[in-house]
Amino acid sequence: MTRHYSALSLLREGLNGQRGWQPAWEDADPKPRYDAIVIGGGGHGLATAYYLAKNHGITKVALIERGWIGGGNTGRNTTIIRSNYFFPETAAFFEFALKLYEGLSHELNYNIMFSQRGMWMLGHDRHGMEMLRRSANAMRLNGIDAELHDEAAVRAEIPGLNTAARFPILGGLNQPRAGSARHDAVAWGYARGASALGVDIIQNCEVQGFLIEDGHVRGVETSRGTIRSETVGMAVAGHSTVVAEKAGVRLPINSYALQAFVSEPVKPCLDTVLLSPATGTYLSQSDKGELVIGAGLDLYLSYAQRGNLPWMERAAAGVIELFPAFSRMRFLRQWAGICDVVHDSTPIIGATDLGGFYVNCGWGTGGFKAIPAGGWCLAHAMATGTSHPLAAAFGIERFKTGALIDEASASGIAH
Amino acid sequence: MSGRRSEGGAIDRSKPISFRWAGKSYQGYAGDTLASALIANGVSIIGRSFKYHRPRGLIAAGLEEPNGIVQLEAGAVTVPNVKATQIELYEGLSATPVNAKPSVEFDLLAVNSLFKRFIPAAFYYKTFFWPSWRLFEPSIRKAAGLGDAPAERDPDHYEHRFAHVDTLIVGSGAAGLAAAEAAAALPGNERVMLVEADFEYGGGLLSAAEPVEGLAPLAWRDAALARLRAAPNMLLLNRTMASGFYDHGLVALYERVSDHLPPEQRSGPRQRLWKVRCKKVILATGAFERPIAFSGNDLPGVMLASAAQTYARRYGALAGTRAVLCTNNDGAYDAAFALHDLGCTVAAIVDSRAAPGAGADAARQRGIEILAGFVPLAAKGRRAVRGLEVAALGGGVRRRIACDTILTSDGWNPAVHLHSQAGGSLAYNEGLQAFLPKGAPQDAISVGAAAGILDSDTAIDAARAAMRGEPVEAPVQAAVGPTRRFADGDTRAQTAWLDFQNDVTVADVQLASRENFRSVEHLKRYTTLGMASDQGKTSNVAGIHVLSGLLKTPAPAIGTTKFRPPFDPVTIGAFAGRAVGEDLAPLARTPSHAAQVALGAKMENYGGWLRPAYFPQAGESEQQTIAREVHAVRRSAGLFDASTLGKIEVKGPDAAEFLQRIYVGGVRTLKVGQCRYGLMLSEHGIVYDDGVFARIGEDHFLVGTTSGHAAAITETLHEWLQCEWPHLRVLVENVTTGWAVMNIAGPKAREIFAAVGTDIDLSADAFAHMQYRAGTVGGVPARVQRVSFTGELSYEIAVPWGYGAALWDALMEAGQPHRITPFGVESLMAMRIEKGFLHVGSDTDGTTYPQDLGFGPAIAKKKDDFVGRRSTMRPDGLREDRRQLVGLEVTDGGPPIEVGAHVLPADATEARGTQGWVTSSVYSPTLERPIAMALVERGRDRMGETVRIWDLGQWRAARIADPRFFDPAGERTHG
Amino acid sequence: MLLITCPHCGPRAEIEYRCGGEAHVERPGPHDQVSDQAWADYLFYRANPKGGHRERWLHVAGCGQWFNVARDTITHEIAAVYPMGETLAEGSAA
Repeated sequence: MTRHYSALSLLREGLNGQRGWQPAWEDADPKPRYDAIVIGGGGHGLATAYYLAKNHGITKVALIERGWIGGGNTGRNTTIIRSNYFFPETAAFFEFALKLYEGLSHELNYNIMFSQRGMWMLGHDRHGMEMLRRSANAMRLNGIDAELHDEAAVRAEIPGLNTAARFPILGGLNQPRAGSARHDAVAWGYARGASALGVDIIQNCEVQGFLIEDGHVRGVETSRGTIRSETVGMAVAGHSTVVAEKAGVRLPINSYALQAFVSEPVKPCLDTVLLSPATGTYLSQSDKGELVIGAGLDLYLSYAQRGNLPWMERAAAGVIELFPAFSRMRFLRQWAGICDVVHDSTPIIGATDLGGFYVNCGWGTGGFKAIPAGGWCLAHAMATGTSHPLAAAFGIERFKTGALIDEASASGIAH
Repeated sequence: MSGRRSEGGAIDRSKPISFRWAGKSYQGYAGDTLASALIANGVSIIGRSFKYHRPRGLIAAGLEEPNGIVQLEAGAVTVPNVKATQIELYEGLSATPVNAKPSVEFDLLAVNSLFKRFIPAAFYYKTFFWPSWRLFEPSIRKAAGLGDAPAERDPDHYEHRFAHVDTLIVGSGAAGLAAAEAAAALPGNERVMLVEADFEYGGGLLSAAEPVEGLAPLAWRDAALARLRAAPNMLLLNRTMASGFYDHGLVALYERVSDHLPPEQRSGPRQRLWKVRCKKVILATGAFERPIAFSGNDLPGVMLASAAQTYARRYGALAGTRAVLCTNNDGAYDAAFALHDLGCTVAAIVDSRAAPGAGADAARQRGIEILAGFVPLAAKGRRAVRGLEVAALGGGVRRRIACDTILTSDGWNPAVHLHSQAGGSLAYNEGLQAFLPKGAPQDAISVGAAAGILDSDTAIDAARAAMRGEPVEAPVQAAVGPTRRFADGDTRAQTAWLDFQNDVTVADVQLASRENFRSVEHLKRYTTLGMASDQGKTSNVAGIHVLSGLLKTPAPAIGTTKFRPPFDPVTIGAFAGRAVGEDLAPLARTPSHAAQVALGAKMENYGGWLRPAYFPQAGESEQQTIAREVHAVRRSAGLFDASTLGKIEVKGPDAAEFLQRIYVGGVRTLKVGQCRYGLMLSEHGIVYDDGVFARIGEDHFLVGTTSGHAAAITETLHEWLQCEWPHLRVLVENVTTGWAVMNIAGPKAREIFAAVGTDIDLSADAFAHMQYRAGTVGGVPARVQRVSFTGELSYEIAVPWGYGAALWDALMEAGQPHRITPFGVESLMAMRIEKGFLHVGSDTDGTTYPQDLGFGPAIAKKKDDFVGRRSTMRPDGLREDRRQLVGLEVTDGGPPIEVGAHVLPADATEARGTQGWVTSSVYSPTLERPIAMALVERGRDRMGETVRIWDLGQWRAARIADPRFFDPAGERTHG
Repeated sequence: MLLITCPHCGPRAEIEYRCGGEAHVERPGPHDQVSDQAWADYLFYRANPKGGHRERWLHVAGCGQWFNVARDTITHEIAAVYPMGETLAEGSAA
C-alpha cells in the first residue's frame, strides 16, 4: 500500500491503476477511554489532535466529529491566510499561524496549495490611507511584511481596477506573504497526519453531554456511547455555546451566518487577494478560476447555514465598483457558515471554569487562517494545563477585565 | 459531423439567422438555440473538458448541459461560460469555444489525456509541493478556468423589481400550466405569477408527442396559455428563472430581458432580478435525465435521450443518422421514436430490463430491435461515436452496434433544488432510484416531474389536486431497470464519465472511496464531482449511485450534497442592480455645493458628504492653499459650510435627565441659552462621538454630533429611550438636513455677521462664547451658536436648509470688504490641530476611553451613571500605561510626521514594538512649524520627553507636548 | 430574507430592520455597585440558543420603533412579535 505522497508515488500508482493508495485517514470506532478528547473535526480540532500527538507525544486521542471532518467553517470559508494584524498579541499569533502554513505542505506531506500571492487592502480616502499607514507600520514593527503603495503602484499590480470609481483608489497596503490555500486540504492533511500518529478520528459522533465530577471533566456522552478522558478540548466554532452549555460553561459568543460566493471559473484575471473596506468587498480568484467573494455577517442569530440575498447584492455591487468588467460574470453558488462572534473579534483559547475542559473558539469570520496556531495552542493548553505564550492574551477573563484586543475597531480590518 | 436539419419543430423556417461559431459562419432559424443550430449544422465537437481537454459534444438540451460552454460575443458585451443550450439564436450572433487552444478541433492540452492515469482525481494533493507549490501554480491556473473574464466596463444596466404574490408557479410544463390555471381561478388569489426559464412556454410539452388530455401537446399548451393570458390576476414571464428560494417565501427570479436580441437592438435593462414574496409556490421545475456511465460515454455523439428528443421534435435537428438508445425505463423510448419518425435510423434499443415495458411494442412496430437485458459497455470511436459495444447485464453475450449517436437514459432526477433551498427534505424513491421532494416547506409544493410524476395527464391531475389542497404523491410507477455497476478496479471505469465538465469518472469515485472520502460531501470535494458550472445536475445522483454500490450502502443513507442558490448562474450585475457608480452609495451635498464648486473647491468624500477639502487657487500646492485659508481665518474671516454637522433635537420634561445619562459630563446644570461640549461613549466605554449641545429651552436641547454620525447617534438615543428608559418623557428627532449651518470665523466674523442683518444682539456681553441665540438672520429664522472649532471668534448660523445657499452668498458678499475667504475641511483640521482640539475617529479609535483624552477628573466629579461609565472602570480602564492623547513637536527640523507613524522610546535602537501612534499631523501655518497629536503610552506623564518616531523605515524625532499649541488660554474665541 | 411584521407598519423585508440582539437583558446598576463579572454578563454573555430566541428589532427604515420578536434561529420562523416592555408568555413562542 502506498502511504507517502510524491510525484514518484503518483507515477507508480498510475501504472497500478491507482489501486494501492491507503485511506487518507482511518475511521475509528470510539474506545472507552482516551488520554485526551478533541471535540470538533474541523481544521482547528484536527490540528489540535495532530499537535497533541506530534508536539506532546499524546497519541491516545479521540477526535470526535458530529458530521464529516472539515464540514463546518473549514470547508466554507474564502481560504484567505494573512497576518496583517495591528496589535502585538494578534500579530504574533497570526504570524505564527502563517509561518506554520508556509511549511505545512511538507510537514503533512500533503499539498495544501498555500499560494502566497499577497493580500491588498485598499485605501479609498484620506482617513483610509492614514489607517493603512498605521497598520503597515504596526505590522513591520511586529516583524511582519507590509508594503504601503500609492495609487499608481496599486493599479500596476492589480489590472482592471475601476478608474471612475465612487470610492476612488488612493493606495493600498500589501502583505506579500499572505494568500490563499485549499481549505479542504488543510483538514484532510491534518486528519491524515493525526491518523498516522495514532489519533482515532471518529465521524458521525455527536456530543450529547459531559461527565463531570468535582468540577472536573471526566469524559463525554456521545451518540456512539460514553468516552472517558480527564482532558477535553473543544473546537466547534459556530456551535461553541451549544456544546459548551452541555458542560455548564458559558461563553460570550453570538452565532451569526457569514456568506460567501463563487463565480463561474474563468481564466486568470486577479492574481492577489483584495480587500476593500469601504465597499465591503473581499475578493480573490481560486486556482480553479472562480472568483471567491466574502461577504459580511448577517447580524442576527442564525444556525442556518444558508445564503441570503441582501449580502449577495451588496457583494455584487462591491465587486463591480472595484472591477466594472466583472459585472457580466456570473455567480455560480452562494453558501453560508456559522461564525462564533465575540465582541473584540479575537479568539478565546485556553482553560475554562470546568477543570480539564479547554476551548478554542470565538474566531469570528477569521478562523481558517489561524488553524495551525489554534491547534498548536489548544494542544499546548490540553497537554500542559497552561496557556501557550502566544495565546496568553486570549483568555476568557478578558471579558471581565476589559482587556479586549479589538482588532476590528482599531485598524479597520474586516475579519 | 453527421448532425442535420430534419422536418418539423417549432423553429420558424421563414426567418433564417446567420451566426458565427469559432470563426465560421453558419445558418439557423428563429426559435433555435445556439446548441440546436450547431447540431443542425453538423458541429459535433463544441468544447473541451476542464482537465483532460477531451473533445466534447452536447449531451443535454437545457441548463443542465455540462459540455457546451461558450464565450458569447467579444469586447465589452462578452459573456464567458454561457451554455449553448441557453442561448437564443439572433442575427449576427458570434460565439467561440472556451478552454481550447488553438481550437476545439485541435487542442494542445489534450496531451493531458495521455497522462490521465497518472493524474486521477485529487492528484494535486499528492504532488506539486516539492520544492514549492508556487512553482507549479501559475501553469495550473492558466490551464484552469473556462472562458475569459470580460476586460471592459459593462455597458449594460440591470434592475431590481419587487412583487408580492398569492401564488408563484415555477415552470410552464403541463403541471405548471395546470397549476397556474387552477391558482388563477382560486377565490382570493389576487396575484398569480408563472415564470418560465426558457423563451418558449411548455417545458416537456415542447418535445412530446403523446396527446395531453386528448389534445396534441402544443395545442393543449396553447389553449392553456390563452386562458392564462386572459386571466386578470395572472402575470406570465418567460426567459425568467427562479434562481433561489430564501426565507419567508422569498423567491429570486432572474429575467433575461434583452439578451436574446442582437446587441445593437438591445435597449433598457439587460437583465432584471425580481424579489417575489410568495404566499404559496408551485414548483413545476421538471426533472433532469441521468446519463449512463460506460466507457467512452463522453465521446461527441453520446447524449441524453431526452436531449436528442428535444433537438429533434422542438428544433427539427437530428444529432446523427444512426442511433442507439440505451435505457432502463420506458420514458426514453419516445426519444428513439422521435428520431426514427424524423428519419434517423435507430439501430437498437438497449434496455437493461429483461422485460421491457409498454414502449417495446411501439418500437417493434417501427422495426427497431430491442436488446432486452443489455447494457452499454463502451462507446467506440476517437473523436466521434463510431459504434457501441453492449453486453448482457449478467455478462456473457456481447455485441457491437455501428452507430454515430448514442442516447442514454438512466432514469430521472426531479429538480428538487428550490424545494431543498426552501428547507425541504428529500425522500428516496427506490422505484425511480431518485430523491423526491418531501412535504411542502414554506408552502412550496412540488408538482409534475419535480415530484416524480413523469406522465403528463397524471401530472396535470395532481397539480390541480394540489391547488385544491390535496397532497402530491408520486404514483406507483414502473421501476427503472438496473444499471451496470463497475467492479472496483474495472479499467473501463477510468473512461466512464460522471461529471463531464470536471472530468470525474467512475474510477475517481472508486479512488475516493478507497482513500476514505466516503461522505458524499467528501466525495464531492475530493473528486470535484458536481462542482462545475452545471453544479452536478447530471452527475450528482449518478455519483451517489456509484458510491452506494461501492460501499454497499443504500443511496438514501449516503444522502445528497446541499442544493445552493442560484439554481443556474446569475450575472453579478443583476444582483447589484442599480447600485453601481455613485448610486452605490449616493453622496450627500451641502446647500452651498454649487457655490463652492464655482469657487474651485476641491471636493472630496468625507463620510458620505461631498465637501471641499480646500479652495485652491492657480499655482498653489495643497499646503499653500491651506496656509492661505488658515491665515485668512486667523487674521480676518473665513466661511465654512458646516451643514453636515449632526443636529438632533431632544425635547420633553425629562430631556435634561435623559442627556445627563448620555453625556460623560453634566447636563442638568446647563442654563437656557448656554452651550457645552460633550462626549458620548458606547456602553463599552469607548469614545463614540463628541459635539456641542445647547439648551435652547428649559426642556429642549439641541445636540450636536460629528458629521456623518447624526443618524447613528439618533438611533442610539432612540434605543436607550425605547428599550431602557421608556418612562422618560423625551422626544428625539434628527434635524440635520432641516438646518443649513454656515460657520463664519475670524476676528471680523462679528462685523460680517452683523452686515447680513440680524435681530440678535451680537455684542460680546450679550452673546458670549459658548452661548446660543435664536432670532432672524437676513430675514429668515435662525439658530445661532457661538462656538469655535478654529479657535477664533466664530458663529455657527443655522437657517432652514433651503436658505443655506442664500446665507452663504450673503455672508460672502458681506465679507467682501474683509476679503472673506471660504475654507475647506483640511484647513479646518489644520486649525483644530493648532488648538489641540480632539477629532473623534482620528484621535480616538475603538480602544479609546474618555480618561485617555483627559476626561478622568470630569468623570470623577460626576455622581450619576452615564452610558459606558461602568465599562471604563474595569481593571483595563484603570491601567496606568494606557495610551493617552498628547501633542508632538517635531524636533528634527523635518516636515510634518505622517499620520499613522508610530511612537517608540527615545532609546529605541531597532524597529520593534510600539508605544503608540500619530493620530493627527499638519504643518501649522500659524506657528510655521509641523505639529502633531498622538496616542502614546503614559503620554501625559511624559510631557517634554523626546521620543523616536518610526514611519515605513524612516526615523524621526519629536517631543511630547501639550497639544494646545496655539492660544492655549483660548482668548481669541472670546473676542 | 426575513419578512418581519412591524407592529406599527406591517410586514416588511429584513433590510428595513436592524436586530438589537437578545431581548429582556437587564442593565445592572448602580454603576458603582456592579461587579466586573455582572457587568461582563450584561455586556457579553447571551443565551445564543439553537432554536427559540427572543430578540429585539428596530424598524430603521420605517417607524423607527423597537419591538420584540420570538424567532427560531434554525428555521428563522417567527412565532410572535410583541411590543417593547412586554414579555411573552411561556409556551407561546418558538
